[in-house]
Amino acid sequence: MSDFANINRVPWHSRGFLATQTAYVCLALLLLVIIISFVAPAFLTFGNLSNVLTDFSYIGIVSLGSTIVIITGGIDLSVGSTMGLSAIITALLFQALGATGLASVPGAVMALSIIGGMLVGAGIGLCNGLLIARIGLTPFVTTLGMLSIVRGLCYAITGGQGVNISGADSNLFFRLTDGSLFGIPVPLIYLVLLGIFMAVMLHHTSRGRYVFAIGGNERAAELTGVPVTSIKAGVYVISGLSAAFAGILLAGWLGSVPANLADGYELRIIAASVIGGANLLGGVGGPLGAMVGAALIEVIRNGLVLAHVNTYWQDTFVGAIIIAAVFVDRLRSRRLGH
Amino acid sequence: MTLLDLVDIGKSYGAVQALSHVSFSIAPGEIVGLMGDNGAGKSTLVKIIAGVFRQSEGMMRFADREVHFHHPIDARNAGIEVVHQDLALADNLNAAANIFLGRELHRQVGPLRLLDHRAMERRSAELFRELKSETRPAELVRRMSGGQRQAVAIARTRLADAKLILMDEPTAAISVRQIAEVLALIGRLRDQGIAVILISHRMPDVFEICDRVIVLRRGRLVADKPVVKSSPQEVTGLITGALEAA
Repeated sequence: MSDFANINRVPWHSRGFLATQTAYVCLALLLLVIIISFVAPAFLTFGNLSNVLTDFSYIGIVSLGSTIVIITGGIDLSVGSTMGLSAIITALLFQALGATGLASVPGAVMALSIIGGMLVGAGIGLCNGLLIARIGLTPFVTTLGMLSIVRGLCYAITGGQGVNISGADSNLFFRLTDGSLFGIPVPLIYLVLLGIFMAVMLHHTSRGRYVFAIGGNERAAELTGVPVTSIKAGVYVISGLSAAFAGILLAGWLGSVPANLADGYELRIIAASVIGGANLLGGVGGPLGAMVGAALIEVIRNGLVLAHVNTYWQDTFVGAIIIAAVFVDRLRSRRLGH
Repeated sequence: MTLLDLVDIGKSYGAVQALSHVSFSIAPGEIVGLMGDNGAGKSTLVKIIAGVFRQSEGMMRFADREVHFHHPIDARNAGIEVVHQDLALADNLNAAANIFLGRELHRQVGPLRLLDHRAMERRSAELFRELKSETRPAELVRRMSGGQRQAVAIARTRLADAKLILMDEPTAAISVRQIAEVLALIGRLRDQGIAVILISHRMPDVFEICDRVIVLRRGRLVADKPVVKSSPQEVTGLITGALEAA
């Protein structure tokens, strides 16, 4: 009946994965690694790579959660503070429970301490989620307030002092959070497993699809029967959980938790999501992008250190990369006529 | 036999009476054009039938049962589908994902219930073939023409066994050639015994495809007659108020 002779298939280089910002950033990361390894041969040493991979895992894990929020068109600024408070609560539980009879049960103190820290993250996320999805406050302001509330709690609870992790189970805890498996740092293993899990959830379940639908057209999602409120609240809980998990891993790496743990990390985390292709307008993003974005930031920071550039310049470079990433994306989508 | 029966439907928003005493009925397979000027109450009426709003007065019967819809899902479960004016599509998703949004197909993989992408794309392709529309299930809606988007929105209504489809200005924002295509799609719905309420500003569409025309003016029904017994001139007069009633 109708011949759409003027509609051809989109050429292979501008559809599918190759057409995404994530693909461009993967390429940029690869080039950067090659360049840095020539400029600073120390980059590819086992010790340095292991450090970079560990550092980037913390940001990467939270970036997975923050990317889901960004796909719905929201934002979570409270992740850095959540990392701090979850780690502090975990460390305090270690101290408190270590002095009780539970210490005689192997692993019990650690399990309860970690669960306590994760519940703190979930609770903060739930507060954000309910305020945003049920009451309708804007995500930016809500999570900005939460950033301050939670960081304030970090200082108030600890009196500004660091909290040591010691006593029963602490060695087991350090092995699980800061050890390595076949030479691979465990935080990286957690990141990869969580990334795979998130990819399956986002792209192969109804709830994952609803996350994209809400970011694309919230009203359409509502009209077609998508449970918009619970999905929107849920993504902040996921974000809070991912922050709590990364905070607890960071605590294991440091051995003690300063009150300002992960202070200011939210910017690096959101930057990682955005560099990896998540669009703050919603509807676009994915786990691979979050991980690659986090890796890119960390490789640049490490490369600058190895190239003996004054560390004060790091933030300037990272900022420039953020703008460059969205700029390239803008040029590309204009060419494709989006 | 009637499919939809509206009796004395009224709707007020505070002091504004958007609809009053609207009564009409629709038979299976009938295509009815709903016309009226902006603010005449067309959208309000459609939203009541679709379960978006509840009427303030009156009674609605669907398939010989009195119905009270509290949510669009209730209307959909009863067999009423809506093609919204802005089509309600998520343009960051592909055609198949939009068609199945909110009622995805799954397959069991071990302990997981995962989306069955292949089944959804296959079913979407079948629906497009039935509608004789050149639309690819895996194409992003963002890249589609107006006619293709309309086909996606209409294909979505064909998933369930809908008995009545409400279409809000389906030809408002598309090209002349695509209008013919959308009207043909509506004709195919009639062939399958599905009733359609077509809201349109475009007189030629209504006179080409509809069996009956209903005209609303200031929230009241001023005409309900077969198109063969009316004329564009008469309907224009009824819409503007130059003619009191017909």
